[in-house]
Amino acid sequence: MRMKLFLFVLLALFMTAVVVAQEDTEIDSVVTVSPPAPVANLVGVDTPNDNGHSISLSWELSPDDATLGGTVTKYVIMRSESADGPFIVRDTVAAGMTKKADNGVKEIEAEDYFARNTDFYYKLVALAGDLKSESEVFGPVRGVGQWFNTGKWSVVAAVGLFTLVTLFFIRRAKSGAKLYIRPLAGIDAVDEAIGRATEMGKPILYVLGLGTASDIATIASFTILSRVAKKVAEYQTSILVPCYDPIVMTIAQETVKTSYYDAGRPDAYNEDDVFFVTNQQFAYVGAVNGLMIREKPATNFYLGKFYAESLIMAETGSASGAIQIAGTDEVTQIPFFVVACDYTLIGEELYAASAYLGREPVLLGTLKGQDYGKAMVIASILIGIGAALVGWTGYVDLFYVGP
Amino acid sequence: MKRTVPLLITGIVGTVLIVSVLIPPAQSLGEDFSLFFDIIAVFAFFLGGGNLFRIHLKKVFHRKEDYGFSIVTLVGFLVTLTIGLFKIGNPEGISGSITAAGSGLQTIFVSIITPLSSTMYALLAFYVASASYRAFRAKNREATILLVSAFVILLGRTPLGMMLTGWIPEQFSIFQIPNLAVWIMNSANLAGQRSILIGVGLGVVAMSLRLILGMDRTYLGSDK
Repeated sequence: MRMKLFLFVLLALFMTAVVVAQEDTEIDSVVTVSPPAPVANLVGVDTPNDNGHSISLSWELSPDDATLGGTVTKYVIMRSESADGPFIVRDTVAAGMTKKADNGVKEIEAEDYFARNTDFYYKLVALAGDLKSESEVFGPVRGVGQWFNTGKWSVVAAVGLFTLVTLFFIRRAKSGAKLYIRPLAGIDAVDEAIGRATEMGKPILYVLGLGTASDIATIASFTILSRVAKKVAEYQTSILVPCYDPIVMTIAQETVKTSYYDAGRPDAYNEDDVFFVTNQQFAYVGAVNGLMIREKPATNFYLGKFYAESLIMAETGSASGAIQIAGTDEVTQIPFFVVACDYTLIGEELYAASAYLGREPVLLGTLKGQDYGKAMVIASILIGIGAALVGWTGYVDLFYVGP
Repeated sequence: MKRTVPLLITGIVGTVLIVSVLIPPAQSLGEDFSLFFDIIAVFAFFLGGGNLFRIHLKKVFHRKEDYGFSIVTLVGFLVTLTIGLFKIGNPEGISGSITAAGSGLQTIFVSIITPLSSTMYALLAFYVASASYRAFRAKNREATILLVSAFVILLGRTPLGMMLTGWIPEQFSIFQIPNLAVWIMNSANLAGQRSILIGVGLGVVAMSLRLILGMDRTYLGSDK
């Protein structure tokens, strides 16, 4: 009996101890919830070299930022026209970011309108789940437009120098000076290629590529098409120009037509020779390849902007036995043309081709300028290597181009 | 007049676009001109469609060689145009989006155009093989260098490259084939690409100068 009483008391004491311990644990597990620390030193300045519709903000991270092991996952940028508010949300940035530009548009009716020359006040809200803390309000700050983008000085200087050199050689060419222009095999072969088509009594295929009329490579191709079409008209052969873009087609029709007129052969011009195919890349390839297989052109020109279709077309042309001249400024496609075509105009040679074919002094002057431009670039690179070796970083800064 | 007006437009627009890069308040002018281009492009699509229809109709009408292809083109063109214009099969009706899932136009695109385009694209693999065969024949010194470089890169991109040269000690690791392949791509190849790009940049400036100043008028026809 005593033993039972002893055990009962012992059990009661044990249970009491467990309950008390549980209560202590519960008291210990209560955590004081406090908002995260706000960001510090929020600063806003007028974004340089812009049209005045932007303010650049920077700040120091909240000590509770997630990238520092804390709980703040993002910051909300808020703006007001008064220090007392009301503030509106302008943007949200992820934890770890310490700067962001508040950009807007100039159209007053637009939702994202950003007034120039207006005082603004900013604050940043650090968010950690449902908890948040606000920074001190910064302001006033205003966006002011600049009249010149000082980040582009190096561009102005380089283009200005190149233009001066080019104009100098144009002047020299006009005054009758004989300028040496290095020969380009691809250009020299144009006459031969057209002659071959004439002898064989087969058409010439001229592909302007997948570029639009606003691509400089396509414009360069128009100028070559003009020369080629004129020779085609003189030799009384025919030319086929399948087009990828309707605007390109319209310009190409006008270019070929005028060339035929210039050659004194307006009667030989057939409007249907310059035609629209499709503006689906691989459907276009299928159509051009079909044309090569059916019409068996003696000469294929691929001049303009090309992408993945370059090799499919050039290989089909090669298999059909045509002499092929290609040219593009798309670096990744040049190797394909080099492999599959007889002659390839590499990069800038495409732009030079029209001047080579024309041989007018004015155009040859620009080619000479281009060559001297390359010499200047080579010299700059060599000086840059020297500057890097002696640790002269100021030289590199000369070439900095701002946004 | 026919030549003077286009030359004036080219000169003015070209100059304004250059200036807009340097003068921030004029930045939006570039966007405005792009908008003009888009508006013209919309009208040009009518020209393109009209031209396609006229040429193929003429071929069929005159029973020219291979006119069967033109019939297929015309049928495809008209069927797609009708389905697109009247939004046939569109689950949301005539007011729904033209690209809505399940619409007739979307079905044509997904079931016909996409597989056909993929088929054409897939042919590239065979063309690459035949072109590589021609390019990598060691006919002369340059072609031999090309062949060796290509061989190193091919091996370097496969586990075989590491298996063959993994034994080379760490201090000579540049001679391991995968590292050689990386060096060829990042140094030799990239340098070549950049030199071409610099040339392209200068060519673009020279070409733009010729066009803006009206020196090269060949795209308008006669130089006279």
